[in-house]
Amino acid sequence: MSGVRLLVGTRKGAFILTSDGTRDDWNVEGPLFAGWEMYHLNASPADPNRLYASQSTGWHGQVVQRSDDGGETWEPIGNEFTYDGVPGTHQWYDGTQHPWEFARIWHLEPSLTDPDTVYAGVEDAALFRSSDGGQTWQELSGLRNHPSAGSWQPGAGGMCLHTILLDPSDPERIFVAISAAGAFRSDDAGKTWRPINRGLRSEQIPNPTAEVGHCVHRIAMHRSRPGVLYMQKHWDVMRSDDAGESWYETSGNLPTDFGFPIDVHAHEPETIYVVPIKSDSEHYPPDGKLRVYRSRTGGNEWEALTNGLPQRNCYVNVLRDAMAVDALDPCGVYFGTTGGQVYGSANAGDSWSPIVRDLPSVVSVEVQTLA
Amino acid sequence: MIIRVVLPAHLRTLARVDGELKVDVEGPATQRSVLDALEAAYPMLRGTMRDQTTQERRAFLRFFACEQDLSNESPDAPLPDAVATGAEPYLIIGAMAGG
Repeated sequence: MSGVRLLVGTRKGAFILTSDGTRDDWNVEGPLFAGWEMYHLNASPADPNRLYASQSTGWHGQVVQRSDDGGETWEPIGNEFTYDGVPGTHQWYDGTQHPWEFARIWHLEPSLTDPDTVYAGVEDAALFRSSDGGQTWQELSGLRNHPSAGSWQPGAGGMCLHTILLDPSDPERIFVAISAAGAFRSDDAGKTWRPINRGLRSEQIPNPTAEVGHCVHRIAMHRSRPGVLYMQKHWDVMRSDDAGESWYETSGNLPTDFGFPIDVHAHEPETIYVVPIKSDSEHYPPDGKLRVYRSRTGGNEWEALTNGLPQRNCYVNVLRDAMAVDALDPCGVYFGTTGGQVYGSANAGDSWSPIVRDLPSVVSVEVQTLA
Repeated sequence: MIIRVVLPAHLRTLARVDGELKVDVEGPATQRSVLDALEAAYPMLRGTMRDQTTQERRAFLRFFACEQDLSNESPDAPLPDAVATGAEPYLIIGAMAGG
């Protein structure tokens, strides 16, 4: 029988949650790497036993772990992330130039076809790739060498490269997103890059329609239609129908168009999910009601999904990498909160239940659909 | 020479060791030579005590020995004789943090 495996990263360790295809009963394993910040765990689409995990603390910096047996055992792998050439500088909060400094890995994205190839999005913003299973890492420095890079500056969370999307129809095409620089695309496997932010409007920057400087929070695609991108920006939910060449707003009737994650239904490319969050400084759900919003029309028309979610006194956040969908039918949707809950829906969001309630603050959730 | 080293808990877990370690150091016993030997014997510790690029001590770690704080001493200064002879361990300490 098929099953699912959730890879949950928290501020104080990682957890692996497993269930059979019914998704009724769950086994909770963890904490793994107890006490460490686990920004992201992710699995190779080409080999479900191959997992990668980003492990860090303020004391000891970055460690990267790899499992070759589906998370039963782990081995530390290469953790040397050296910027290519002279690192140079980017803009700092006070307007001065600040040297590029590696802080941590925010996101790991294994290749769609090769378990030994994996991409790492890091802070300060850069993209690294390993083609030897994570033993060594090389920067794809064409991104950071873009002429605009000196003007990139960190958002409140740091200047992180947090989104990496690999185009299933074109192995040369990669999308990334950086806070607070924006979205970028490479059409030559990461050698050269260009900003793809036309149509974004951010009133918080001097030129609201500038080529770069937008605080993109997350981008998602459906693998059957990689030219269509969905974006949750600092404010605004956006959509592109031309692989990022242009964007238009699809916030529609959302109670607030601020939020962090955005994801796409596994079998319905026009069905998308967001979690509206009150901002600019609160960063919790409006009115204390935790609501996932679903659009079945690719945006603009949204319905609140509340069944099983707390509808009063709820003041948690859902971070950008903390939502995932499985590939079962009906599609499972999962998200984790800064309050330590991981909620799951086995019916595409119609109803929800907590899988666990009291984990450390959840940073990331990924799901594997197992045969 | 054999140098005794005590790691903080997270690094003992990472290196999969219990209690005190012993590392074989060639040449003079200095902080650099001890950390180099430690990283050679336990490659998973690379980057967790010193920045891999600058080789500077991580800000929230301290290096102690013989009731002295050696954290800001030259990495090439000789370690106390008691450490070099194995009478005393070289201590790598995670700074208290969190308030």
